[in-house]
Amino acid sequence: MLAVDLGPGLCRDDDASMLNYILRRLAYGVLILVGVNLFTFILFFTLNTPDDMARLNIGGKRVTADAIEKWKIERGYDKPLLFSGKDQGARRFTNTIFFERSVQLFAFRFGASDSGRDIGYEIRQRIGPSLAVALPTYLLGVMATVCVALLMVFFRATYLDFWGVTGAVVLMSISALFYIIVGQWFFSNLLRLVPISGFAGGWNLAVFLALPIVIGVVARLGGDSLLYRTMFLEEIGKDYVRTARAKGLSEAAVLFRHVLRNASLPILTSTVAVLPLLFLGSLIMESFFGIPGLGSYTIDAINAQDFAVVRAMVFLGSFLYIIGLILTDVSYTLVDPRIRLA
Amino acid sequence: MPKFVFLPTDVALALLLAGLALYIWHARRSPDLRATWRPVFRDAAAMSALLMLSLFLLVAVLDSVHFRTRLPSVAGAPADAPAAYSTRTYSVLDQLLRRQMEGTERTYSAPLSYQSYSKETVEVDGKPVREFPRLAYGGAHLKEPARQWLPDLARRSAAGLVAGLVVALLLAATVVALRAGRRRVAFSASAREVWRRETEVPLRAMLLTAGAVLLAVGWAAAVWPAYHILGTDRTGNDVLYQALKSIRTAIVIGSLATLATLPFAISFGILAGYFKGWVDDAIQYLYTVLTSIPPVLLIAAFVLMIQVWIDKNPQLYETGLERADVRLLLLCVILGVTGWATLCRLLRAEALKLSELDYVQAARAFGVSNLGIMRRHIFPNLMHIVLIVAVLDFSGLVLYEAVLSYVGVGVDPTTASFGSMFNLARTEMSRDPPVWWNLLAAFIFMLALVLSANLFAGAVREAFDPRARAFRPRLARSARSVPPAGERAVDDGRAAAGGAG
Repeated sequence: MLAVDLGPGLCRDDDASMLNYILRRLAYGVLILVGVNLFTFILFFTLNTPDDMARLNIGGKRVTADAIEKWKIERGYDKPLLFSGKDQGARRFTNTIFFERSVQLFAFRFGASDSGRDIGYEIRQRIGPSLAVALPTYLLGVMATVCVALLMVFFRATYLDFWGVTGAVVLMSISALFYIIVGQWFFSNLLRLVPISGFAGGWNLAVFLALPIVIGVVARLGGDSLLYRTMFLEEIGKDYVRTARAKGLSEAAVLFRHVLRNASLPILTSTVAVLPLLFLGSLIMESFFGIPGLGSYTIDAINAQDFAVVRAMVFLGSFLYIIGLILTDVSYTLVDPRIRLA
Repeated sequence: MPKFVFLPTDVALALLLAGLALYIWHARRSPDLRATWRPVFRDAAAMSALLMLSLFLLVAVLDSVHFRTRLPSVAGAPADAPAAYSTRTYSVLDQLLRRQMEGTERTYSAPLSYQSYSKETVEVDGKPVREFPRLAYGGAHLKEPARQWLPDLARRSAAGLVAGLVVALLLAATVVALRAGRRRVAFSASAREVWRRETEVPLRAMLLTAGAVLLAVGWAAAVWPAYHILGTDRTGNDVLYQALKSIRTAIVIGSLATLATLPFAISFGILAGYFKGWVDDAIQYLYTVLTSIPPVLLIAAFVLMIQVWIDKNPQLYETGLERADVRLLLLCVILGVTGWATLCRLLRAEALKLSELDYVQAARAFGVSNLGIMRRHIFPNLMHIVLIVAVLDFSGLVLYEAVLSYVGVGVDPTTASFGSMFNLARTEMSRDPPVWWNLLAAFIFMLALVLSANLFAGAVREAFDPRARAFRPRLARSARSVPPAGERAVDDGRAAAGGAG
């Protein structure tokens, strides 16, 4: 049962203000996205000129003035930055790097990468595999950490709690890379339970995904369970818990029926905030396990110094983040009527 | 006289240490700060962690004093000829571990081994034979390694451990005797108090930690000159030496990156919270834009651009080491520029609250300028948040460095770092048989550093944030962690107040 009753439901007035609120949040989100876009444009095109990037990309002895010019023309970096004096009418503004590389992103036209492939196509191909790893990892991770945190709270002020917290701090102090390397070695090289890396469709998927998911859950267990433990302990000091105890409810009933429900509000809303970002996948997981998702795409782009892909991923990432932000705000107001729309 | 070389991060680290010393001096003089810090100095885990952190810091400082040795003057050169210096830059740590640095093997060798890890074709009596070649340095003094190796290792280990134990006992005796002298009690009474944990500062835990460290150092001092304790890596470098060098990188990133966030976070946070209105809106917009870009991508974008910029401006550095160091410093700056949003949000909220309080209103009524109010009345009251966040961030940044180096936007490949060790370990562990010591070395040292930082940070947070104290795991009926009655009553009262509020 929620601590605060939902009341007789939202009336018509609230509906209008809710719509108003969502529209305002959306407008602010677009404004943020414009900021992100301007910021990336400044970062990528003013600190270094396209010539510098061409030199880096061509590399070594092959750098000649002709090669740089050719590289730029092939990728459209030979155009003026903001304003094209040679053209007429609207072309003055559209035939520029800023329009082609930044403004077009708002229509999700990512263009071609610096190596010549279509970024939009790659992204559509890779979102599925990314999600196949990230979503189960996240959901199982939340469940596991909630269980561990509840156990620690249930056995609070005992050795189990003390060593639980100590263990969580130790788990938290170990690099995620260590979990992955040791996990791969132990389960794939030594026990030969699962393949080291790779990806396949159908039922084989489970074989390939089992290890990355388990490692992903374990790697986050330490820090997150401490966080949830704190959240539960915060709830446990509140009046409604004292009332429940005074009624004579067992500790388990208090924890699972009252504390968990109330503490799950922030957990739910944080889930809503993270869900869109799961599309991006996990950089290191995907690259270690050879999963053809967006994370490994980004790492490859960074290593190949493909700036177009990095720019596209920055835009996509912030777009998803903003979606998550808006969803969080909306879900807060839906779930907790105490929060007024301001 | 060698020629000292001041790398950018050396200078930054020195400034940071000076700042730390200044803070300690300031905190010792202020009764309030002394009282706030006191619980940290009573916490056994925190003090042991502090001991470990000081040790790591010592290694980092030794590795941060760089110089180029003077070359012997050429015979027949005029007396006033300018001195010639070696082209290689060494740190004091390199100088101390000269043998370990220069004693490189051809390739992999297992920890404490006297022969190579893989067979090579060697010519014996004119015929090619496949065998494990002897190492150039590891166990090179053994004449019949198969028979002598184990006794030699045992003898050295025993000598090292005994020496470590003796030093540890001497240290413990000194501490107990000093305490006895100051308290005017007998030596045995003082020793009993230390052992029964009846001292204010957790001396027993600290002495035990110091003892464990001294044993390890004694053992290493006896064995390391003759063997590679943690083996050698692919290019034959001593892994333990690499791990020690990585400590500096980790500490530089952990501390300087946090330091780099402070100017933005503090100034923007105070401005937003104090002026409110459009200033607040603008600053909130700024940090929402920054946080909306996934952090790794943001850092990657910056680092890619900085790489191009470094290549474009070769006049900034003379040697490869300086180039790597410029990159390390810029990485810290990038982490600072991209990472100030969280702290800024906290400071803004607190400044918002403070600016409404009576004493700020009074200051305003007295005609104190805005800048004066922010500097004298708001800023000092935000320092505890800055401190907590800075201490908490340290360990996260050390872990983050490994991930960034793996992604390819971390430190320069020539800089020793835990990230690059993990990176190597990835391919090494899939060899057959696996090469596990690089991973083990990175794991041990990183865990020790990050765990100490986490434990210390936890105690600092509990000291400065009364709310955090309520969440500390406490053993209800255990005699050993029961604080003095007065303190516990205050503590429980706070917990109850925190819970009810």
